[in-house]
Amino acid sequence: MAAVSLEDTERRKAWGFVAPALVWTLVFFVAPFLFMVAMSLWAQQGGSIVRVWNFGNYIAFFEKDALFRGLTNSLEITAIVTVLSILLAYPLAWIIAERVPKKYQRTALILAILPFWTSYVVRSYSWLLVLARNGVINQTLINIGVITEPLELASNRTATVIGFVHFFVMLLTLTIYANLVQLSPNYRRAAADLGANAFQTFWHVILPLTMPGIMTGAFLTFVLCIGDYVTPQILGGNNELVLPQIIMLQLGRRADFPMAAALSIILMLAVTAAYVACARWLKIERT
Amino acid sequence: MTDLIAGISARRFLTSAATLALAAASVALTSAPVLAQDELNALVWCDHTDPALIEPFEKANNVKVNLKEYEGTGAGLSIIDQSRPGDWDVLVIDGVDVQRAVDKDILAEMPADALPNADIFPEVRMEANNSRDGKIYAVTEKFGYNTVSYDKTKVDPADMKDMSKLWSDKYKGRIAVYDYYLPMIGLTGIDLGKATASLSDADMPAIKDKLFALKANAKQVSDVVSSQTALATGEVDIVFGGGEWLTAGLVKDKPNLDWTIPEQGAVRWAQSIGVMKDSTKKDLALKFVQYIVSPEGQARLATSSCYWAMPANAKAGEHLTAEQKTALRWDEQADYLKRTQLYPIPSAELDAKMQDAWTEMLQH
Repeated sequence: MAAVSLEDTERRKAWGFVAPALVWTLVFFVAPFLFMVAMSLWAQQGGSIVRVWNFGNYIAFFEKDALFRGLTNSLEITAIVTVLSILLAYPLAWIIAERVPKKYQRTALILAILPFWTSYVVRSYSWLLVLARNGVINQTLINIGVITEPLELASNRTATVIGFVHFFVMLLTLTIYANLVQLSPNYRRAAADLGANAFQTFWHVILPLTMPGIMTGAFLTFVLCIGDYVTPQILGGNNELVLPQIIMLQLGRRADFPMAAALSIILMLAVTAAYVACARWLKIERT
Repeated sequence: MTDLIAGISARRFLTSAATLALAAASVALTSAPVLAQDELNALVWCDHTDPALIEPFEKANNVKVNLKEYEGTGAGLSIIDQSRPGDWDVLVIDGVDVQRAVDKDILAEMPADALPNADIFPEVRMEANNSRDGKIYAVTEKFGYNTVSYDKTKVDPADMKDMSKLWSDKYKGRIAVYDYYLPMIGLTGIDLGKATASLSDADMPAIKDKLFALKANAKQVSDVVSSQTALATGEVDIVFGGGEWLTAGLVKDKPNLDWTIPEQGAVRWAQSIGVMKDSTKKDLALKFVQYIVSPEGQARLATSSCYWAMPANAKAGEHLTAEQKTALRWDEQADYLKRTQLYPIPSAELDAKMQDAWTEMLQH
């Protein structure tokens, strides 16, 4: 009996610790999410929301090419940005972790994250001025005689990708660096003792061991990139829409909250799918 | 987006950082009866957030005007839906959407003799929009044109008088299209010879094709800030759907920018202001409306920092400088008013079809 009582007390204590977080999650995530699901099953007709459940918004999403392409555009851009960011961030993180002396690493990291200190909107507009026909890049190339006509660098997918990559390389650098500095030098020594050259050591030892850092950064990049509205709006020139832009279109004049909710649920499903794909490497799954 | 008429969608991109306070919060914080009469909560467009416009009213009436900027009729009506009755005292709204607000029963009737109707340009009094069953619910405060803005040093100004040139190869890749479907569908319809007031479902296929062709010719489809930036920096040479609100504020630094109303015509936008039905300070709210449509208030609103456009009150001219009147093309308004048509006012169903066509065009 005494043992059972102790167990009950421990259980009550555990609930006491968990309850605030649980209540927080229920109030600020589960309840709004359920409301959003319900909203996505309603319809907007004649300026009013009709609270009759149906799948009309989801059916419209798959039937209307302009809406569905929002998702495919989002996925394509996010995939390109994530891959490019990894390819650029890994060497940068490696240089900071392996080549920069310890006492300067903190400074190097601060320099790496400097872009985060500027407003996201201002940074996007700044890129517009850099990439424009009369921007820094085109004018420089024309002045040194490399080109005679300005390149079309702005108001397209390239511009959107450049804006995103600039932002996310820093994020990935941090997660990969954090992983790299934790690796013991003994791994390299052991690989060398076994006859591995530098590339084989990287490919068979270092890269697999830093996959959690890469995937954590990749997942964060995916989530932030696929949900972003500002960069595609400013740099993309509205020449192709991503899903968040289409969500905004539903809200602007028509206030079609049910359709916006349905599109948001689809966006969340895409993020969930990315999480499942990355889960193997995410630290949360490993602890 | 909206009724962004004019500068409007500027709001979409944080053009103006002047939103001073959330009115709901303000109301909650000002429970003391003494202070209650000293605050006014207005849901507005960015041009009303200019201190040069608001401060004279605040000083003259010893009142604090709390302004919240919104991004379009849909967003504005949603804010009102989510607020408590009485949270808002004044509403600025697209002239073509006043009836939507009247349908929702959120606007109060204003006495006709309290408003300077006789001084307002007859073409923009818009009784059919601002009143119902003989009762006045809003008054036009500012207007302008969705038309063609351009850099006169880079295009042939004579070409700009013919809207169809924007679909020609001559200006391919040099055009920014203003990102608001309603005036752009109106303009496209005008080029097809269709009156904005009579657009119907049957016109949509031709308009859609025309929009797709326009997109193929355009460099970008963008909001006010991006369009203005693109024109000012030379990224594009023409903004289709722009107008005085794009160039008037820049004219001092960029005399190369100009705008015109093509021979086919253009779309006229107008914004209205009214008192909220559930306001507990209707007298003060009406006083604010009266100030905004007074000649002095109108001159300040016309040249507000967010965007310039014509004042609805013809007497505002007495308070504008010659330079300001030149920028606004004051003397040419009679001709412009004759040659322009109001925004389309579609039914909810047609409006949805127009938005779908616009989305398809953006993805094309």
